[in-house]
Amino acid sequence: MEYGLDKRSNALKIFNTTFIIVWLLVACFPFIWTFWGSFKVRADFFSRADWWYAITAFNTLLETGGKFTTDAYSQAWTEGEFWKASRNTVIVTFFVVTISLFLGTLGAYALSRSTRNYAFWILIAALIFRAMPHITLVSGYLFPFFQLQIWGILPTTIVVLVAINQPFTLWLLYSFFKTVPKELDESALIDGCSYFQAFRHIIMPVMWPGVITAGLFSLMLAYNDFTVTALLLNQENHTMVPKIQSYLGTNQHEGNLMWAVSAVVSATAPLFMLVMFFQRQVISGLTAGAVKG
Amino acid sequence: MPNKTFFWFFLPTGLAMILFIGLPIISTGIQSFYAQHDQVVKEVKKCDPFGCTVSIVVDQEKTSKIREEKPLGKFNGFGTYVDRNHLAIEEIGKFWDETNTFGEFVDQVTNLPFYKALIFTLTYCLFVTPNVLLLGFIIALSLNAVTRRIRGPLIFGTILPMIVTPLVGSLVLFWMIDAEGIIGANLQMLMDDPYLSLKSSKTLTWITIIIYGIWHHSPFAFVVFYAALQTVPQEPVEAAIIDGASRWQRVRHIVLPHIYPVVTFVALISLMDNFRVFEPIIGFSAEGSAQSLSWLIYDNLVNEEVILFGSAAATSMMTIVGIAILLAPVLIRTWKEFRTAR
Repeated sequence: MEYGLDKRSNALKIFNTTFIIVWLLVACFPFIWTFWGSFKVRADFFSRADWWYAITAFNTLLETGGKFTTDAYSQAWTEGEFWKASRNTVIVTFFVVTISLFLGTLGAYALSRSTRNYAFWILIAALIFRAMPHITLVSGYLFPFFQLQIWGILPTTIVVLVAINQPFTLWLLYSFFKTVPKELDESALIDGCSYFQAFRHIIMPVMWPGVITAGLFSLMLAYNDFTVTALLLNQENHTMVPKIQSYLGTNQHEGNLMWAVSAVVSATAPLFMLVMFFQRQVISGLTAGAVKG
Repeated sequence: MPNKTFFWFFLPTGLAMILFIGLPIISTGIQSFYAQHDQVVKEVKKCDPFGCTVSIVVDQEKTSKIREEKPLGKFNGFGTYVDRNHLAIEEIGKFWDETNTFGEFVDQVTNLPFYKALIFTLTYCLFVTPNVLLLGFIIALSLNAVTRRIRGPLIFGTILPMIVTPLVGSLVLFWMIDAEGIIGANLQMLMDDPYLSLKSSKTLTWITIIIYGIWHHSPFAFVVFYAALQTVPQEPVEAAIIDGASRWQRVRHIVLPHIYPVVTFVALISLMDNFRVFEPIIGFSAEGSAQSLSWLIYDNLVNEEVILFGSAAATSMMTIVGIAILLAPVLIRTWKEFRTAR
């Protein structure tokens, strides 16, 4: 927003730049620091003696002979079975995203093309469902799931995450479908298409940006979830986030805390790369509901 | 769209939501009226050369049998709601009679688990939400003034705290703030107090979690405000500049009214999210001095011996009531708008 009329004083420019630099430091430094520290031994990153060790790598040098070590990573991925957790995360995320989008596009399309009152009430109900804390839902699941003996396995968790994710996906896709002109599918209907054919061949091809945005948010929900996965999966099937928590444990013996550090970095890096790649979609998704509706 | 077509299009997602959001709420409601069985005890007579003693032990066999027969537990009505771990009606009455000053009474009540958690949850909401709005708005304004070319990477850096899961976000901060971390160690040096640490002080723990909350949620407010700022019309802004309005006046009288609907949206979303605060408590290992409503439920559900379904469900129902109170003004407003629109 560069107005021709708007002259900024130098003081304001300096203040603005300083503020942004400080904020970016606050926002990003913790991640950079953790990344740096994950290549050290515990005695350096969690130094009782002197925090400066984390930079000079005093103990890392003593213990491993180098300034950087990948011991934490190799141990967490093999001994700590982080490979299994990340495999589970990939499975859960993949299915949650696919199923969410399939159900969500169908439902949101119907909502956006209906002129009845109930479409409005369904959206309000979805908003209320969106507000439910996940842990209250989990406390509703546990008992029936134990009784039906479907607790602890991946498919149950996938279905639950899809359902929890639906309200947000519906709202998001609804606002995207609203931007696609009605005339497009109406003309297809006149030409003899069924609603499903119009949806499949006319509307979906122009909806890709919206679908990618909704997919990214489903992905972030499934990938980041702790409440559902920690309580609905057994130890064997844990995904990455509950696995990280299990490394923290109550008995923090030597290696484990560094496992958690390296696991945090391993889990965060793919997410950051994905968001860097799809940044525009993330932002348009976040604002879709707010600005258009 | 005809009703029938709508039905088939909406069926899959509707079914998923009814089965896994609607029914669980009902299931929680039912569970909250039941409590886990008491252990069946029996008297055992033990005799040794020095005489006989009668001791009371848990009859494991009978206990597990009764638990298997009625897994839901025994019917308890509203018993769980009013017990010591929830609304604690009886205890409050007792405190009221026993304590002399009102301050003392409040002190006693806020030591009860449910009220303790409620107060933390509300404090968290109360401090985090307005600060998130404020910080998000300031960041949006100041990034909006930066040259367009370098905005991309700046936005990426800004949204990082938001895209990591709260558990990871709080861990990353905790490792720095803890006594053995970079910030914690430096604070100790600065304050000249070698025992200063997060765990040692309740106030410090609360402040840390609140700061974490602001750090984690501000990017969301930023993103929405930033997008809204792009839609502010230029003509009134330019007219205001010509009329000699100061920068603050322009923000106050043109920009803010324009993005007002978005502000309420962000406030609502972050209020809902803040009310369910839970993962940071685990990340900061702050269970000792900060408990939230969601954390209470989690604690009941991971109970070692017997999962306290009834207790967790009762807290859940009260949390849902809390959410309903938060949402009520918005729902009423939407309902009114809807009626006038018809």
